[in-house]
Amino acid sequence: MHDSLALEILSSHVVEGPSDPGPGDIVVVKPDLLLMNDVTALLALRVVEETGAPIDCSRIRTMIVLDHYSPPPTAKIATSYRLLRRFARRHGCTLKDVGEGIMHQIAVEEEAEPGMLALGADSHTITYGALAVFSTGIGSTEAAYIMARGELWLKVPHTILVRLDGRLEWPLTGKDLALEILSRTGGDGAVYASVEFTGPGLASLGVSDRLTVSNMMVEGGAKTAIFPVDRVLIEWMRAERGIVKPGWKRLAPRSEEPSMEIDLNRLEPMVSEPPEPSRARPARELEGVEVDQVFLGSCTNARYEDLEAAARILKGRRVREGVRLIVTPASRRVYQRALESGVLEVLHSAGAVITPPGCGACFGSTMGVAGDEEVILSTSNRNFPGRMGSPTARIYLASPQTAAATAIKGVITDPRSLS
Amino acid sequence: MRVTGYAFKLGDNISTDDIIAGRYLYITDPGELAMHIFENRPEIRSRILRARRPIVIVAGRGFGYGSSREHAPLALKAFGVKAIVVDSFHRIFYRNSINNGLLAVEAPGVHDLVEEGEMVTIDLDRGVVESSRGIIHIGEVPGYVRGILEAGGLREVLRRLAGSQRV
Ligand code: SF4
Repeated sequence: MHDSLALEILSSHVVEGPSDPGPGDIVVVKPDLLLMNDVTALLALRVVEETGAPIDCSRIRTMIVLDHYSPPPTAKIATSYRLLRRFARRHGCTLKDVGEGIMHQIAVEEEAEPGMLALGADSHTITYGALAVFSTGIGSTEAAYIMARGELWLKVPHTILVRLDGRLEWPLTGKDLALEILSRTGGDGAVYASVEFTGPGLASLGVSDRLTVSNMMVEGGAKTAIFPVDRVLIEWMRAERGIVKPGWKRLAPRSEEPSMEIDLNRLEPMVSEPPEPSRARPARELEGVEVDQVFLGSCTNARYEDLEAAARILKGRRVREGVRLIVTPASRRVYQRALESGVLEVLHSAGAVITPPGCGACFGSTMGVAGDEEVILSTSNRNFPGRMGSPTARIYLASPQTAAATAIKGVITDPRSLS
Repeated sequence: MRVTGYAFKLGDNISTDDIIAGRYLYITDPGELAMHIFENRPEIRSRILRARRPIVIVAGRGFGYGSSREHAPLALKAFGVKAIVVDSFHRIFYRNSINNGLLAVEAPGVHDLVEEGEMVTIDLDRGVVESSRGIIHIGEVPGYVRGILEAGGLREVLRRLAGSQRV
């Protein structure tokens, strides 16, 4: 058995490099999955055209997802989407078109499985670590290189093992855990590391919560953030994806000395203050901050479980007058499920604006852009200046539960004070 | 490999959102991207527009925080940045810089050592970063990475690949 889940997975994908690699070594690997979004694929396409590199997407499963600007707000972007569709057709990559959802959500619903190595031209590719995948972000030129050569170099990461004790209980979520970890690592405390998880607390952490945690570890600089294969994951893979494989056993929880310990029983609803995700504090310390808009969306927190949690709080209540609540489901599948179960109706009746699936307002281009000096509370992962539009807008990050409570009150609200 | 320029200083955790805003990511032309650098950080923008060239960015910890947008190093390079020397990088930004032939070096302590506007030299053969105020020894760049840098970036590697296949 290797020293970490990261090494366990990497070592079975090495095509060049030391036979028994350790942290810091450079290895050349062959990924199982390559992903690109609309903005990074457009640059990769340009690299392919400029260099004349011969590419073939049939060797490694390659997917391009039109999610960032989707549906396109300008003619220029709509035209670039045409280029991407043509490129995908010509070279044999799968293309997920407007409205299918965010790349990471689609990868989790359809592609990623334990033990895989996934490389994606988007930093939040790290999300699939929740499914015991070694997944990490790369650039566009690297995506082009993989399409040409079927391989790429990586530095083997060191490990930060996080031990979880206690139980995660409503209204606490994976988001609060992610923000708690980031408040300890800061913005660069996990740079180059593989953050891995173990301990009895795992049993209370559903896959949706784990996806949120893995997603946000990149805000501490992590290269990958891997949860082990345990009962929770196996049951989820069986129910949602219809697959269970014996080889997953080697990715079981670890028992080494942890570098960080968290008692879930003592966790509180957390909120990140601008301008960095790692500036997280208990929500109660920020209660009373007035908001103009609440955004329930992004690859961090717009899965069915997130929408359902918000609906549970908003049912029979109304979004405060003068506050906008924008809801952007993570994928078509999430949208469909929320439509069928009545969750969308609850949100709509409470006053929410429901947009088509995609990245939406998360990165400040369409469907809920922030104006000058506006205050936004968002369930997404980044609150840098200008992230959602105007550089003078202030963005706070929190869980869907905190977002729903805040939308009702019009000020940042600890969801425990509502029930 | 040796690069010299005038230090342009920045602090910790400069993000790729700071360098180029999300609203410009449909642009792929480096020159056009360069026109929009640091729009999310007006105070940095007004300084860099007046900075003496060639520019070497000298920053603190966690440079290139955030997104995988390769637009960030492309824009900096097209703007006239010759190299970036920092206390530490976020990894995707580091890779994207190297891959586009933009010299990126980690030299812990550099932010304290170098002063705004002074001449800085990065010399990979001697393994040092130098200014009038002192020298920092940098670790050896791994052979594989150095190979990419010396080829002029991964783009150039791809170009050669295309050439060799055509022959
Ligand atoms: S939802 Fe936001 S963070 Fe996630 S991929 Fe889209 S833009 Fe990036």
